[in-house]
Amino acid sequence: MDRPADAPVLVRRPSGGDASLLRELVAYLRDSRTELREEWVRRITEAHLLSVMTPDEIFSEVTAVYDNYVDALETGSVETLQAYARDLSERIIPRGVETHEVLGIVLLLRDVLARSLFVRYQSDADMLNRILDAYEPAANRIAVTVGVSFVEERERVIRVQEEAIRELSTPVLQVRERLLILPIIGSLDSARARQLTEQLLGAIKANRARVVVIDITGVATIDLTVANHLVQTVEASRLMGASAIITGMSSRIAHTLTDLGVDLSMMRTVGDLQGGLEEAERLLGYQADRSDAGRSASGD
Amino acid sequence: MSVAILQHGDYLIASIQADLTDGQVLELRDTLADRLGVHRIRGIIIDVTAMDVIDSFVARSLRSLAITTRLRGAETVIVGIQPDVAIALVQFSLNLEPLHTALDLDEGQALLDRWTTGAGRGAG
Amino acid sequence: MVVAIATDVDLVRARAEGRAQAVALGFTRTDATLIATAISEIARNIIVHAGQGRIAIRGLQEPERHGLVVVAEDDGPGIRDVEAALQDGRSGRGGFGLGLPGARRLMDEFEVVSAQDAGTTVTMTKWRVRTRLELLHARRSPGG
Ligand SMILES: Nc1ncnc2c1ncn2[C@@H]1O[C@H](COP(=O)(O)OP(=O)(O)OP(=O)(O)O)[C@@H](O)[C@H]1O
Ligand SMILES: [Mg+2]
Repeated sequence: MDRPADAPVLVRRPSGGDASLLRELVAYLRDSRTELREEWVRRITEAHLLSVMTPDEIFSEVTAVYDNYVDALETGSVETLQAYARDLSERIIPRGVETHEVLGIVLLLRDVLARSLFVRYQSDADMLNRILDAYEPAANRIAVTVGVSFVEERERVIRVQEEAIRELSTPVLQVRERLLILPIIGSLDSARARQLTEQLLGAIKANRARVVVIDITGVATIDLTVANHLVQTVEASRLMGASAIITGMSSRIAHTLTDLGVDLSMMRTVGDLQGGLEEAERLLGYQADRSDAGRSASGD
Repeated sequence: MSVAILQHGDYLIASIQADLTDGQVLELRDTLADRLGVHRIRGIIIDVTAMDVIDSFVARSLRSLAITTRLRGAETVIVGIQPDVAIALVQFSLNLEPLHTALDLDEGQALLDRWTTGAGRGAG
Repeated sequence: MVVAIATDVDLVRARAEGRAQAVALGFTRTDATLIATAISEIARNIIVHAGQGRIAIRGLQEPERHGLVVVAEDDGPGIRDVEAALQDGRSGRGGFGLGLPGARRLMDEFEVVSAQDAGTTVTMTKWRVRTRLELLHARRSPGG
């Protein structure tokens, strides 16, 4: 919506004599609350809308929307209704309620009310026309408000979910038995580095990996915290019995690391991914024991 | 007992079944060191899969066992360090050398086999 | 929850309690392990250096984050030079001096209050930022 978020939202107020019409309308809707509400619920059920909700739930939501709806007609302000619609959306979106259902129930309410107005004023065509003139624009505005609130809320939920999924998915690829590749792409902060470590270690366990190639070709810069994470990841992999090979380290990152005082000799680094895979094959072929045992034994 | 020790060929395999008290850790260390001499053991595998904390005390006890073992011509391999425990060890910056590590019992045994057969491990 | 610390069995109890509370607060398994390991170190310090003491573990629930606080207290001989004790490899009495600095690295906040003959209190906290998805769910179900 192109409206500033905190500007008051007004239903076009009927001018002059319309105000008294609106009062009459509101009074009528309040008096007939019980039967109109029931009629609305009946129509909703008939149309198979909100089918994931229980009849009790539908009834209580419908009551709240009805009351808010009438209030909005009366005050000309849809803010309360809008807040309620957002809140309602937040509750029903995770349960799978769809946009068409929400639009459907709002349009049904409009229809239910309009029909009852027809019945009530059928003997006075002029009055009916003037009542409908007062009612229609307000009802449309209200329907749009509820629909838009729902769609906005739905978009927000989807965005949050997408973000969560993106954060969670860093592919650890199994190239062949006992060999994993972890391609790291994009910026690394400490939280993501941590998560990558946990994913890699989990994958080492699940795939019984002996060698992991960590490819950082796609990493542009690195700071001390992240560099330490990298060193720790290599070390933790070793504790789980897997040798780690770092590939794709740009000379810029290599310089940064040495400047930061990170001991690169603790890491097995190979220029590019291809070379790293060859090295991995060698380790798997002749066996990691040679180098591992040698490293470990000469390290004490 | 929280640790099951069994002999498999030239190897001793100690499977830790639960979180150990410090006393039990020392007992395990001493038991393994004793059996080493009696049975001409060439390798010890300690399975720590069930241990969810390896702190400085445990690490130190295992290292001292590895050093004793090596002095008697045998190697010690720790297997089954879980991902979270591995992370705790590196963040703590606890050093396990000269202990060797492998993923699980099979891998640990394969590692010992490669050292103890033929080629030996003199080059290290 | 307070765990009295006097023997190595208490130490196992303290770290199990720390782990359980961490999990209940929504910490990952890894964080729970880091917390249990840190508790193990300071509990052992109580046994080794002070003889006995107690460890209180409790959760902190803030809107944006959850925390776990561990307070380890004893009435032992205290630490003369706290700064030195927090350095790697600086043990006061023939130990290895890895426990305190190591535990500190595992936690987010770490404070040692001690003076000679006045006991020692170690307070350490780990925080967990609640994810946006979690906050969304919490808003939906109050008390979540
Ligand atoms: N609760 C305590 N009461 C008295 N002194 C303590 C206490 N905790 C630690 N200290 C002192 O601080 C020093 C450093 O503690 P730290 O845990 O780092 O090392 P350590 O216990 O000596 O060795 P390690 O933990 O590596 O086995 C100890 O040597 C001891 O002098
Ligand atoms: Mg200590």
